[in-house]
Amino acid sequence: MKISEFKDILSGKAVSGAHLLDHEVKVAFASDLMSDVLTITEDNVLLITGLANIQAIRTAEMSNIHCVVLVRNKNASCEMIRLAEESDIVIIETPYSLFRTSGLLFNAGLSPIY
Amino acid sequence: MMEFRFEINGGDFSNAGMISSLVKKTLKQLNIDGMIIRRTVVALYEAEVNVVAHAYSGVVNVNIFPDKIKIKLTDKGTGIADIDLAMQQGYSTASPAVREMGFGAGMGLPNIKNNTDELNLESTVGVGTTLEFTNFFEPK
Repeated sequence: MKISEFKDILSGKAVSGAHLLDHEVKVAFASDLMSDVLTITEDNVLLITGLANIQAIRTAEMSNIHCVVLVRNKNASCEMIRLAEESDIVIIETPYSLFRTSGLLFNAGLSPIY
Repeated sequence: MMEFRFEINGGDFSNAGMISSLVKKTLKQLNIDGMIIRRTVVALYEAEVNVVAHAYSGVVNVNIFPDKIKIKLTDKGTGIADIDLAMQQGYSTASPAVREMGFGAGMGLPNIKNNTDELNLESTVGVGTTLEFTNFFEPK
């Protein structure tokens, strides 16, 4: 499915990477612990996190993640948006919780990694 | 051979990862295999976070050879009292500030080990730590 479809399912707002909304994503991982995210060896994973700081975007950059969903109305800072644009990363802000976001995306067909 | 030198300030969380980002771009330009780039920058990023989290200052030397990349991080800081313990998954002395940044769960050094071909870690308590690793561009 396309990133734009996931955004709609989550009643979300894309605040960076508008040119990437047509990209497809097949797998997702949810964590607030960036060291855990850094253990992933798959490319093109969607990251669901409540960690709204620059390190979430740096972690995405190192892990070849091109879509980061920030849950519970967390807002991306200007610094995060700037880095995301530089690194071709879509940031989606959603009002839903990490649990609800994960459930909705799982139901929509995104696969878990583990 | 390409050689770079960078400095890291302890506690400077907002810049942690900038060196990894530059190294990633350089290795991409050199057409290095994507998985090797990823392993290298994940290890370097965790190492950068360690210096920011645990040291007062640090220097990173990056040497890119035709067949490998060698990275050495030398910091002035508290040092590691028990390296074997620090290498164990789950062991951490990180501050709450580090945990708020999404790290500090005792996964950093194990992640570095898993993503490097050669790793050497030396530390003196109260002085600092030197972490050196090498990744080869072709499987050995």
